[in-house]
Amino acid sequence: MTAELIHRLHFAFTITFHYLFPQLTMGLALLIVVLKSVALKTGSEQWDRAARFWGRTFAINFVFGVVTGIPMEFEFGTNWARFSRVFGGVIGQPLAMEGVFSFFLESAFLGLFLYGEKRISKLMHWFSAVMVFVGSWVSGFFIIVTDAWMQHPVAFDRLPNGQFEVLSFWQLLMNPWGLLQYAHNMTGAVVTGSFVMAAVGAFYLLEGRLENYARIFLKVGVIVGVIASILIIFPTGDLHGKYVARNQPAAIAAMEGLFHSEAGAGLVLMGQPNEETGQIDNPIVVNDMLSFLIYGTTKAEVKGLDQIPHDQWPTALPLLYYAYHIMAGLGTWFALLMIVSALLLWRKRLYTARWALWALLLSFPLPYIANTAGWMTAELGRQPWLIYGLMRTSEGYSNTVSASNGLFTLLGFMGLYLLLGILFTVLIYREISNGPEAIAADSVHID
Amino acid sequence: MMGFIWFWMVAVMIVGYVVLDGFDLGVGVLHLFLVRNETERRTTLASIGPVWDGNEVWLLAGGGTLYFAFPLLYASAFSGFYLPLMIVLWLLILRGVSVELRNHVEVGVWRALLDGLFGLSSALLTIFFGAALANVLRGVPLQADGYFFLPLWTNWQPGPHPGILDWYTVIGGLVALVALTLHGALWLTIKTSGDLSKRARRIVTPLWVVLVVLTLVSLAATIIVRPASLNNYFNYPLTFIVPIGVVSSLATIWLFNRKAKPVKAFLSSCIYLFFMLAGACWGLFPTLLPATTGADRDITLTRAISGPHTLAVGLVWWGFGMVLAIGYIAFVYSKFRGKVDLHTDGH
Repeated sequence: MTAELIHRLHFAFTITFHYLFPQLTMGLALLIVVLKSVALKTGSEQWDRAARFWGRTFAINFVFGVVTGIPMEFEFGTNWARFSRVFGGVIGQPLAMEGVFSFFLESAFLGLFLYGEKRISKLMHWFSAVMVFVGSWVSGFFIIVTDAWMQHPVAFDRLPNGQFEVLSFWQLLMNPWGLLQYAHNMTGAVVTGSFVMAAVGAFYLLEGRLENYARIFLKVGVIVGVIASILIIFPTGDLHGKYVARNQPAAIAAMEGLFHSEAGAGLVLMGQPNEETGQIDNPIVVNDMLSFLIYGTTKAEVKGLDQIPHDQWPTALPLLYYAYHIMAGLGTWFALLMIVSALLLWRKRLYTARWALWALLLSFPLPYIANTAGWMTAELGRQPWLIYGLMRTSEGYSNTVSASNGLFTLLGFMGLYLLLGILFTVLIYREISNGPEAIAADSVHID
Repeated sequence: MMGFIWFWMVAVMIVGYVVLDGFDLGVGVLHLFLVRNETERRTTLASIGPVWDGNEVWLLAGGGTLYFAFPLLYASAFSGFYLPLMIVLWLLILRGVSVELRNHVEVGVWRALLDGLFGLSSALLTIFFGAALANVLRGVPLQADGYFFLPLWTNWQPGPHPGILDWYTVIGGLVALVALTLHGALWLTIKTSGDLSKRARRIVTPLWVVLVVLTLVSLAATIIVRPASLNNYFNYPLTFIVPIGVVSSLATIWLFNRKAKPVKAFLSSCIYLFFMLAGACWGLFPTLLPATTGADRDITLTRAISGPHTLAVGLVWWGFGMVLAIGYIAFVYSKFRGKVDLHTDGH
């Protein structure tokens, strides 16, 4: 295996595992604010306990997010030194801002939220929850800003020593690519959070215990979930897709499996891309739909891969195609399931509709898959570029770190993360089994 | 000028990290052998529970600042120190998980395992951080292209082709282990009460004796390994205040601890750490990473500095952001001030 491939896998593996946690952190942070707000407004002890229960789950999840997040910043230097040397002045800026503006805020108020409930007033405790939410969402923003610049570099200048710098701070932060991606990504995190909350509610109802809490979880999960599941498609996904189509034609052509430029291009729902023959095998196509989705008219021409030099095609074309289709397919399922669940909730039939509860329970892993597939779409679509149009991935990895050294630490991470995954599953299983009642109101300790 | 400012801003972040995460690393080391029962252990851990994560943020924020202010240094040092950095990452992961999750598992073997892991990873991290600093002071075998790759050890000599570990960097690791353990003991003296607090205070004295010896040895060793570190001091004799500061803060640690003034002793320990790090930075300045392969390969401030626009804008948001951050940090520390009370603190 080549060093380039190892360094790519190293980053891809560690970031994919990492992002399983922050997506729930960011989604739950919002939902905990909802729970705390209702508790504060109504003075309901039950909603407070519900918030405390999710606070504990949040805390476990947060720890895994923190410890798997630290390697990410380091890996820019350790595994991607040549990239960092040239682009550090740009990329390092939002990463440092994440530390300075978000992590200090988030960690300070999370400490207060988890450990200080008895040292501060109810209002202050609510405020801590809000600040944890703000911190985690600001953190997401800076990461998206970083990625957006790699996808769509703006306002840059090349210095005499070969390094790049950004000439406009605001253009870096307000990169249109970043704003669209942020909206889409954060909605994705809320989808994960609301599916998880609804699934735990469904689980309790199906088990026939903790019904009061189950109803709270289902209500909040489904109401927030239906909003997020619609927003993820329209407008955030739609706008983001159109922007990608205009700025990364190779990416959109590969995502959609469009080998030949066409006026009135069809939308491939299913089928296998065949790189050798340059066509989709066994396709199911909706005629003219792709042109319509991108340009708003069925007649518009969409650029296919045939108009793009072969050395600028995304390097893992079928993987990109499948990742994108999985994301889009699951997104459709989320909207369907949540709309049906919301109707049942409105008609007061959700709590007894066992088939819907089973569907909600079994669907909780799917947003994780969809979020992961979405990120794979974004990052594989950018290939073969590390910085779109400016630096190829093959020019960015650390060439002083040999393939076998990279493989050694990659295997180390895989082993360690396997352990972390098991530990996380066991702990969350225990939290959910114990349920909100186990956390006594007067003492937040349990042993 | 920009280079000078950013050099010291990164130094401030490093000092902030060492002073703050230093005490919770030290508490991690100490809890292995200082506490006698589960209540004491819970008290010990509750003293750092609400703050350790925020303390570790200084490492991330400092890393980010280093990254965008000196990209060449970040790229070269991080890829060159590849193996030890990966070990540091694994230790940080194990440490974070073990301290946060021990209260989520039953008393017994699992909890004991996590506690042991927390102590061991804390101890190893202090040693790695000390050795890392010593590696930078000693220098690394930079190639003409600005990169290098260090093995974990070679012949244990700080020659032109050293390893991460040699006799000099091991001394650095030991200084950090003892200094931060002492720092943690002072923190525990402040934050706990009764017998536990007394034991924490008592252990300061032997640690202090070892630290004095190690500090002097490390200063002498640094002068032997890199005589050039004295140049700045002789060019600006006023800066001999730094070694004087090191010695006098060591003296006041002992004095205040003996008089049972733990807060003042802890602050003295903060000042000691500050002077040790500032002294090391000043010994390097304006070099960031010396080359053992010839001074013309040194990574210097002017070679590594980012573009002027980045740094000018950075000054504004960094200043603003850090003022805000210090605000929250002060707020949280004030909310948790005083001795740990297990009935109020925990989750």
